[in-house]
Amino acid sequence: MRNDWRARSHAGWWAFLVHRVSGILLTLFLPLHFLALGLALEGEAALDAALRWTEQPLVKAAEVVLVVLLAAHAAGGIRLLMLEFLPWREWHKTLLAVAGGVTLAVGVGFLLNLV
Amino acid sequence: MSVLQVDVWRGGESGSFQRFEVPRLESQTVLDVVTHIQRVLDPTLSYRFACRVGMCGSCAMTVNGRARWTCRTHVAEVVAGGALEIAPLRNLPVIKDLVTDMREFFDKWAAARGQFRPSASRKDDFARVEPDSPRRQLVDAGIECIGCGVCYAACDVVSWNPEYLGPAALNRAWTLVNDVRDGARDERLAAVAGDAGCHACHTHMSCTERCPKKISPTAAIAGLKRATLGAALKGKA
Ligand code: SF4
Ligand code: SF4
Ligand code: FES
Repeated sequence: MRNDWRARSHAGWWAFLVHRVSGILLTLFLPLHFLALGLALEGEAALDAALRWTEQPLVKAAEVVLVVLLAAHAAGGIRLLMLEFLPWREWHKTLLAVAGGVTLAVGVGFLLNLV
Repeated sequence: MSVLQVDVWRGGESGSFQRFEVPRLESQTVLDVVTHIQRVLDPTLSYRFACRVGMCGSCAMTVNGRARWTCRTHVAEVVAGGALEIAPLRNLPVIKDLVTDMREFFDKWAAARGQFRPSASRKDDFARVEPDSPRRQLVDAGIECIGCGVCYAACDVVSWNPEYLGPAALNRAWTLVNDVRDGARDERLAAVAGDAGCHACHTHMSCTERCPKKISPTAAIAGLKRATLGAALKGKA
């Protein structure tokens, strides 16, 4: 028999979930990113058209989500490296809070820059 | 006198919960509840315990969804709306009712090279280990494990990869890696470095969250990750 959500509802497990989900979503985005960059090879017009497409509000909103995902994944990764590769201490919840704070700050900063 | 509504797992891998009504008493533990059911309500209920004081590690069960030692868990800490749900530990084959087969759990201790191998003989003098030396301190952090299986039941990596050695065996290996008297360090690091070893751990920290002895197997596993990496860089593992 397996565990259910009652066993998993604690900070460390949520951090794992955020890291995993952001990782998967970023991986899915990566091909699109390369596709857009690849357009530069086909000349200015194609890239410009693609960049103009990204000016749409909905795409802009998706960009914010993307930046937050990236920040969460990077901050979470640094958190893990610090936790596992520095001498062990009782700071995993502090690290988590800092990673969460950094993610939030990056997201809000990006949003403010946009408008 | 108030009454507890207690759902207890009956059967083996497949089975169902059976409802019992148990009188609520002062300072009652979850093990007291199970014992009341078996002695008064249904003598066919199977469960395990021995010491009743948190030393033997035999009484662990899943209580309201979380793995716990039942002899030292007060009903007051876990009861939700006058109800308890008591099931066998997760990640282990169920033999009957609340009794699991702990064989794989302990076989993995052996697979992680959980045995001490002396590096000196009886002709040598006693080893002197300073209590506050850094390595002895690392041993102290993990040595009080009672082998209850709570961490193993809480670990999702064990569910996802049945070969995974699991938090308790790796914690045991880490205490021996730090034992200055032990002579099997390289073999032990090799034993825990594989696909089913320390690098499979995702640092969920469920084990650390649930260990009743407040041990952090995650800390031990992080130590093993660093030590096996060091050994690999030196070309040993
Ligand atoms: S920290 Fe590692 S061993 Fe502990 S529960 Fe998580 S995955 Fe399992
Ligand atoms: S590490 Fe803790 S939870 Fe795991 S078997 Fe030992 S005492 Fe039990
Ligand atoms: S009965 Fe021994 S630890 Fe609970």
